[in-house]
Amino acid sequence: MDFTLNDEQRMLDDTVNRLVRERYGFEQRIRYGREPKGYSDETWALLAELGLLSVPFAEEDGGIGGGGVELMVLHQAFGRGLTLEPYLATVVLGGGLVARLGSAEQRAALLPAVIAGELTLALAYGEPAGRYEPLWIETRAGRSGDGWRLTGRKAVVLNGDGAGRLLVTARTAGQPGERDGVSVFLVDPAQPGVTLRGYPTIDGLRAAELTLDGAELPADALLGREGAAADALEAVLAAGCAALAAEAVGAMEAACELTLDYLKTRQQFGGPIGRFQVLQHRMVDMRIALEQARSMAILAACSLDRPAAERERRIAAAKVLIGRSGRFIAEQAIQMHGGMGMTEEAAISHYAKRLVMIDHWLGDADHHLARFAALPEAEGGLEQAA
Amino acid sequence: MDITYTAEEQAFRAEVRRFLDEKLPRDVSAKVRQGKRLTRDDHLRWHAALAERGWLAVHWPTQYGGTGWGPVQRHIFDEECAAAGAPQIIPFGVSMVAPVIIRFGTEEQKRHYLPRILDGIDWWCQGYSEPGAGSDLASLKTRAVRDGDHYVVNGQKTWTTLGQHANMIFCLVRTDPAAKMQEGISFLLIDMATPGVTVRPIITLDGEHEVNEVFFDDVRVPAGNLVGQENKGWTCAKYLLTYERTGIAGVGMAKAALRHLKTVAARQIAQGRPLIEDPQVRRQIAEVEIDLMALEMTNLRVIAAVQGGGVPGAESSILKVRGTEIRQAITDLLRRAVGPYALPFPQDALEAGGAAAEPVGPDHAAPLSAQYFNRRKLSIYGGSNEIQKNIIAKMILGL
Ligand SMILES: Cc1cc2nc3c(=O)[nH]c(=O)nc-3n(C[C@H](O)[C@H](O)[C@H](O)COP(=O)(O)OP(=O)(O)OC[C@H]3O[C@@H](n4cnc5c(N)ncnc54)[C@H](O)[C@@H]3O)c2cc1C
Repeated sequence: MDFTLNDEQRMLDDTVNRLVRERYGFEQRIRYGREPKGYSDETWALLAELGLLSVPFAEEDGGIGGGGVELMVLHQAFGRGLTLEPYLATVVLGGGLVARLGSAEQRAALLPAVIAGELTLALAYGEPAGRYEPLWIETRAGRSGDGWRLTGRKAVVLNGDGAGRLLVTARTAGQPGERDGVSVFLVDPAQPGVTLRGYPTIDGLRAAELTLDGAELPADALLGREGAAADALEAVLAAGCAALAAEAVGAMEAACELTLDYLKTRQQFGGPIGRFQVLQHRMVDMRIALEQARSMAILAACSLDRPAAERERRIAAAKVLIGRSGRFIAEQAIQMHGGMGMTEEAAISHYAKRLVMIDHWLGDADHHLARFAALPEAEGGLEQAA
Repeated sequence: MDITYTAEEQAFRAEVRRFLDEKLPRDVSAKVRQGKRLTRDDHLRWHAALAERGWLAVHWPTQYGGTGWGPVQRHIFDEECAAAGAPQIIPFGVSMVAPVIIRFGTEEQKRHYLPRILDGIDWWCQGYSEPGAGSDLASLKTRAVRDGDHYVVNGQKTWTTLGQHANMIFCLVRTDPAAKMQEGISFLLIDMATPGVTVRPIITLDGEHEVNEVFFDDVRVPAGNLVGQENKGWTCAKYLLTYERTGIAGVGMAKAALRHLKTVAARQIAQGRPLIEDPQVRRQIAEVEIDLMALEMTNLRVIAAVQGGGVPGAESSILKVRGTEIRQAITDLLRRAVGPYALPFPQDALEAGGAAAEPVGPDHAAPLSAQYFNRRKLSIYGGSNEIQKNIIAKMILGL
């Protein structure tokens, strides 16, 4: 067992942390958020230049073959800086699905552009009536001549309004909730029959509602085998949850630092408020929650390559704990900042919003708790983990 | 022991209900129900409807235009108002400065200010907190120096709720810097149109303009605006706080929020079925409902104990802590109920005039996350929950 980073991972950690430190101060983030796409094109180009967009892809696709730990290293830094760039949407979710399902031609057509920072992607999987269940798909894809015809609605698509291409789940067979019959299509957002309504989210990101009204797609818009995308979808959502867990840990670290700092400097009743034991213990509870969250982020990162049954259980567990500890830290951080914690101008409120909202991305604690309880106990435990 | 309401109390409830049905402006209650932001005018219209009926000043003695109601009637009234979607009465004039003027003010002050509060001519705000004086209110630094028949005020107040709408502010100011902390403080009424007063907005984390900073730069205030004695303002401040903390349990508002939660859970679809059918969700709602029942009974016990007159003491701290925790728990469940639709931040849909902006997802979802974050304030202001617990530890437990 070894919880340290290897040399390459350490270099990655240094690179991404330097980038976030130097280019992602709080004021800069506010400015980036006001740019047309809701993030900084310049930072996105820099991420590409530094090779960071290639991290999770296989070498044959032009990547460096990074795994869960590399993903964790990156997203933890993103969480610390509350970055806005569409790494999760483009690289982890969209890119991840192309890498898993795409033919050689499809991968060659898309992944180099993703890695170069020229193409952004978004994964449109959730639906208004599905809540957090990815297999609750009512969107239908039927044959139309040589190609396909898509009709349906997708809800709260992360970075959906700025994406160059959308990956859309649709049913080519079966009923909502079933594993069989789930297919993934590549959709050009500019084509007829596709309507996107973009909007900001509470945590400063952007999302969109997607309506498909008989959108006609060519035959090669289908990624992978017809009706057999459920496993791949689950695998990339698992990677997404691991990434979010790491981001939450980064944001929790920053929130704890800011709060601790406040307890040491805010003067009331003739001294720093950090001398009140009730606040000390609260701060200690936040620190305990952070360490527990960090442990689960590591467990999630190290479980992405495990057999699906084991991976899903651990990912669900991580998402539950991250959701709860994130909310706890967010609420306590605001409370201990008093009125200051309620203001838009204080960085702490933005960390708090991100932490509470991370729970709503890719399934909240209630959803994953129910899944965890329902999933059969996987073979073996930590003793079998790599 | 009998925990049912008397026939008179029930008749009173029916009368309040009838009044609300007739006089509460429908567009205003619709906004309250949809979690939309209210304008100054929305508040004033409701205020005027209450004043016309003589039901605005629920705490005041009848001789000044108050209702003369006892605590049980006030409680019933609060509950019915919240249930009907009435806006909260802005407390600073009616419930805060007025009791202080009635208790400590001169006859002239009473004659001048009280009718203007009832008429809605004056909109008051509260100038207590300062950047360096929050929980530790007595460390406030804003100075008032006597110069002939004026005080000259310099300093800064902050977190001034709805100060942007106000024309009058009541302030705690330091008139004797040499005296011990609580002793050199005075209670001063300041016209916000006086030269040297500047109001600057503070935007809260939910994007709302609800609080402000107020700056005083050589502001000349007539000495006749002093309430009570010079340097004895702390007495007024403490008296006001007991009023600030009555009705603080917020049972009526919590009940209204709980009803809303049930409606949302029934309308919200999860994998094709109403969310309310999920046993886990039902259990979560049940738990908070039980907590609220306990709070309501505790609140009624406190009310019954002060029925004879006066205001509750440290018990109100129990009500504040538990009341705010429960309201925060309900807003948390409301946010969670809408699932991924908690994420969109449709600023324009929350604005009072933004009715045209089509919501993202179900229309009940739009305000819920913003509200969840906004309600974090409940455990911070009006004496933070930590400070309330300190009071309970000292006054009730003797620790
Ligand atoms: C939305 C909003 C509206 C407001 N409206 C008004 C208004 O209209 N007028 C007005 O005058 N003020 C208003 N306030 C100010 C409010 O009263 C103060 O925020 C409150 O008193 C807390 O002070 P503070 O923000 O300076 O926090 P601090 O006093 O700095 O407290 C920071 C943290 O330390 C804790 N703490 C402090 N002392 C102790 C202690 N002894 N033991 C344990 N814990 C402690 C607090 O509980 C809090 O968690 C408003 C505040 C908000 C958020």
